[in-house]
Amino acid sequence: MKIAILSGKGGTGKTFVSVNLASIILNSLYVDCDIEEPDGHLFLHPLNLTENSVNVKIPHIDNTLCNDCRKCVEFCHFNALASIQHRITLFKDVCHSCGGCSLICPMNAISEVDRKIGCIQRGIAGHIEVLTGMLNPGETSGISIINRLMEIANQSKRVTIIDCPPGSSCAVMESIKDADYCLIVAEPTIFGSSNLKMIHQLVSLLHKKCGIVLNKCLDEDNPSEEYARQAKIKIVGQIPFDSYLATANSNGEIAVSKNEKYQKIFTSIYQNILREIKS
Amino acid sequence: MKIAIPTINDLSIKVETSFGRAPYYAIYDTETKKYIYLQNIACNSVGGAGIKASQFLVDQKVDAVIAPRCGENAMKVLTDANIKVYQSTSPLIENNITDFLNDKLSLLNEINTGLHRHHHG
Repeated sequence: MKIAILSGKGGTGKTFVSVNLASIILNSLYVDCDIEEPDGHLFLHPLNLTENSVNVKIPHIDNTLCNDCRKCVEFCHFNALASIQHRITLFKDVCHSCGGCSLICPMNAISEVDRKIGCIQRGIAGHIEVLTGMLNPGETSGISIINRLMEIANQSKRVTIIDCPPGSSCAVMESIKDADYCLIVAEPTIFGSSNLKMIHQLVSLLHKKCGIVLNKCLDEDNPSEEYARQAKIKIVGQIPFDSYLATANSNGEIAVSKNEKYQKIFTSIYQNILREIKS
Repeated sequence: MKIAIPTINDLSIKVETSFGRAPYYAIYDTETKKYIYLQNIACNSVGGAGIKASQFLVDQKVDAVIAPRCGENAMKVLTDANIKVYQSTSPLIENNITDFLNDKLSLLNEINTGLHRHHHG
């Protein structure tokens, strides 16, 4: 079973909810898909780390064989190739690794070579297995890292918590595509409810079961709660705006491992999710 | 000598802000002293519009480009092909050509990184 944790923007509490949920579920698998800045490992402190590179394919052009026919330039849907002064130039950041240019080249001048764009770290934090996707700085797309993370997660029998990237981009879609349940973390602001709406549209489009955790709740009107009621989305839990949590988070501590109140809150959230998945 | 300036349509006298996704290019020929307008085949590309547009202008044997801005990939294609890229000084095509002919334009050295790097990723 896979539960994806999402939010419309950064800083709403995805990682906070993810690491706490992973901690109260026995023998869980925590997968950090926020590959641009994965930070779950800062809370979970996984040990026995192993690291595997994630590579994408890019074309390598053998200029001794190339006759500048430009078939590859014309073929490339993303315009990653240009023919200048009778030499093919590759723009590697634009390449989508489709391999089409190497297939179409009549001179067999194009081969595919690996280019490292990041890595996956794997480790153990007590009863939690931790997978962390890391995209190298400067890279434009880490979709292949997320796909690799999902391949590994799909082989696991553990209850899986997927800590998604923020927003509603392709990277988020890839992160939730195999999820059984999408848990949206929402802030009690108008801005927060607007982001919530975007994420709700995305998960609805992908026909995913979803629920909401209202984070940073105050004794005031909550626009995200209002949206949840209007859109008839199940609120599976509410977390108060609490200076204890801010302190625990800044110290890299997991609230449920020390605080009984939050053990209860997160246990209840998990039970609600299980009930929702079965319904 | 042929000078290309990005523009909106085949009648426009104005410079278009985007280089790679400009719908047309006004090409001024210093010998005939006339303009021709060419449709930009790259303007609706999914990605790499600057690269394809630059390839198009290289193939048109343009010698110089005048534009308000230019992405780094487009700049690489143009400079590899020995095409000089100048910073536009006026919103009007004609004024830029006059400034170019009077040697008043400077090279565009502030390269703009892409604003559209999120497709499929």
